[in-house]
Amino acid sequence: MAETLQTRETLRGWLMSDAPANAFQARCQRIWFSWLAFRANPIAMAGFIIIAALILMAIFAPVLTTGDGFTQHLGDRLQPPSWEHWFGTDQLGRDILDRIIWGSRITLYIVGLVAIIVVPIGMIIGITAGFVGGWVDEVLMRFTDIFLAFPRLILALAFVSALGPGIENAVLAIALTTWSPYARIARAEALTLRNSEFILAARSQGASTRRILARHVAPLCLASVIVRLTLDMAGIILTAAGLGFLGLGAQPPAPEWGAMISTGRQFILDQWWVPTMPGLAILTVSLGFNLLGDGLRDVFDPKSGGA
Amino acid sequence: MIGIDGLDIVFGKGARQFHAVRDFSMEIAEGESVGLVGESGSGKTTVLRALAGLVAPTSGTITIAGEPQGSRRSLALRRRLQIIFQDPYGSLHPRHTIDQILREPLEIHRMKISSRRILDALAEVGLGPEFRFRFPHQLSGGQRQRVAVARALIIEPQVLLLDEPTSALDVSIQAEVLNLLTRLRRERGLTYLLVSHDLAVVSHICSRVAVMRLGEVVETLSIEDLRASTPQHTYTRQLLRAAQGYDRTVLEELDQLDEVL
Amino acid sequence: MAATPDGKGPLLEVEDLHVSFRTPKGMVEAVRGVSFELGREKLGVVGESGSGKSQTGRAVMGLLDARATVRAKTLRFGGIDLLTASQRRMRRIRGARISMILQDPKYSLNPVMTVGRQIAEAYLIHRRGTRAEARSRALHMLRAVRIRDPERVYHAYPHELSGGMGQRVMIAMMMVPEPDILIADEPTSALDVTVSLQVLAILDEVVERTGAGLIFISHDLNLVASFTDRVLIMYAGRVVETCAADRLAEAEHPYTQGLLSCLPRIDNPVETLPTLKRDPRWAGGPQ
Repeated sequence: MAETLQTRETLRGWLMSDAPANAFQARCQRIWFSWLAFRANPIAMAGFIIIAALILMAIFAPVLTTGDGFTQHLGDRLQPPSWEHWFGTDQLGRDILDRIIWGSRITLYIVGLVAIIVVPIGMIIGITAGFVGGWVDEVLMRFTDIFLAFPRLILALAFVSALGPGIENAVLAIALTTWSPYARIARAEALTLRNSEFILAARSQGASTRRILARHVAPLCLASVIVRLTLDMAGIILTAAGLGFLGLGAQPPAPEWGAMISTGRQFILDQWWVPTMPGLAILTVSLGFNLLGDGLRDVFDPKSGGA
Repeated sequence: MIGIDGLDIVFGKGARQFHAVRDFSMEIAEGESVGLVGESGSGKTTVLRALAGLVAPTSGTITIAGEPQGSRRSLALRRRLQIIFQDPYGSLHPRHTIDQILREPLEIHRMKISSRRILDALAEVGLGPEFRFRFPHQLSGGQRQRVAVARALIIEPQVLLLDEPTSALDVSIQAEVLNLLTRLRRERGLTYLLVSHDLAVVSHICSRVAVMRLGEVVETLSIEDLRASTPQHTYTRQLLRAAQGYDRTVLEELDQLDEVL
Repeated sequence: MAATPDGKGPLLEVEDLHVSFRTPKGMVEAVRGVSFELGREKLGVVGESGSGKSQTGRAVMGLLDARATVRAKTLRFGGIDLLTASQRRMRRIRGARISMILQDPKYSLNPVMTVGRQIAEAYLIHRRGTRAEARSRALHMLRAVRIRDPERVYHAYPHELSGGMGQRVMIAMMMVPEPDILIADEPTSALDVTVSLQVLAILDEVVERTGAGLIFISHDLNLVASFTDRVLIMYAGRVVETCAADRLAEAEHPYTQGLLSCLPRIDNPVETLPTLKRDPRWAGGPQ
């Protein structure tokens, strides 16, 4: 006990120290202070807890579930929620809670992949357009406008129909329809930063445009993009669920939440729990991401002191 | 060292043109320290930035170390000439540690990077090693300005362009930074071009001063002449008088207010 | 010590004022025991950044944010206890009886309203009157700050004005309800030197005519000394010296002397400027 107390004291000392000894310590300190500011915001913490629960649920799925979510138990069809099946069973006798837990992996997979594709593309296009300006800006922005002009679900439908159903194609389709606002945001940030004195200082030292974009501009644009991403997550999940609902995303018997609603909707009147539970799962996770995004925005906003 | 001839800088096009600098000419010898004094809108900062290659001249020539320069500068030239900005809160990247800020010019110019070099650069401007991994927001204004000086000097330039380097600093810190600048110039034989609105600061650091107003040089004089109060031009005399503080007799001259709407 | 004309004592009494802020690293005391009195005079408050001079001004106006705690033995404005005054009472005092001018008119004037309307509104908030009365008062104030074409400026927007004109408009706006005290927080720091002297001259004239008390907060010791009657010098949240403005050269406290001597002077060249050696005892209290 005394030992853990002591380690905590030294860790705290290390984090609060006025004279960091190396770059790693300096970065950890910054993250620590941002975390403290974040923690002080109850809305942000609520969102964080929900998303943390989602991630933990996905990681520990084998431990948390009683079955594999696939095996059918036709004798147990459409059982209402009970001690044995907390969320009841669906039309093939599968425990719904189990399927939701397994389905969280699919949800995270989709949003994770979309984020990895969308953020780099949007940022590269956006900061190049904003910083370099001129005809480069015009060309890149018109290209972005083309994608912005289409309603997200319709364009996603078109892509998926062309590429064929399946999770990866759904991810690709969603990514293609989602990246354009990030380019706009990154461009707006780059425009304001273009004339900052530290950028001028870098230019006067002879830094190349590529260096300035990568080392000076990009780190500062990242905050806005990430905030926007978390706020968009809800939309991404819903689009994926929509595609799943239409049978164009994850294919049965995969426990994708949207597909669960779709196959369960015929039971809504008498066995309400079959489509409703996955629906509530989508609702909760979307809410969680929204709250988290709001919280991040407050932390990153310079006025509230998030460095 | 530096020659400027007939420099003209115009921003914008057509009816919304702004003539920031008109027909500016000046010669600065190696090792000299020259001041540019003026109020806002005088064009002094624009001249400095044009010299630094950050603003493209509309016409006129800039010669540095004998070679005429445009705004596309070679890396070697960038190394010769460095600029220090006014706002200590804006000239350092908020997300870079001081260590990163000092490494950057070394990386760009492919010079050897070592801990020793960084710590020496910090010591040269009076900052201890505890500053090395801090972020700019953890430093005071005076400390940031010292980092800016260290950053400028780490690649061993010959010319320093200073854009109101102490205007944003407290008076006691200003004295320390001015002393630092004087010492560094003496030790390294640097050439300075200092832009300021403060005649007293200019008279401390420079040997010669050009007074600018609305884009033009109205008078150039040595600091001795300035001290002996023998400026010829009314504007220079006005500036000198204003530097002495408030005087109730200004009330009487109020009818000559310059109103710009 | 100038008193109110009815002889009932000074306009503002401040005794042992403390202002502290809650920060992630603990409590920070910005003002630590400041005491002074203000009559119908021009009082200068000089200090460097971090001296607590701006916080003092804001504490008097009750304008500090929720993270700040204000304590004082006395904080009295002409008989009204500002510490215990209700928010409603403070709103009636603020602007009407104690006004404040800030540093940059670009940020303190509403950018989407014409300047004349802002002045008129400042009048209407504190006096009952018709719009026509407010307008004529606004024009009168614009003339009082020596604006030559008040009609034209009345209809102008803040971004159309130069820095000096913007500050004169601020003065007009803050003086239109004829306050008893005007607090000017670095009113000329963002202005060119020649323009700032003109603005100060106008401020001088307006304040003398209305008989208000002026608290002039600045970092520029020489400017303040040449403009005010009395000067308070602050360091680390405390007042280290008080003296008459024309006797500044005879200042006794080493901090004041240090501040005066570390300025570069055109007529007195030195190789190395004397720098301030901060004695930790200065943060200990007034003489």
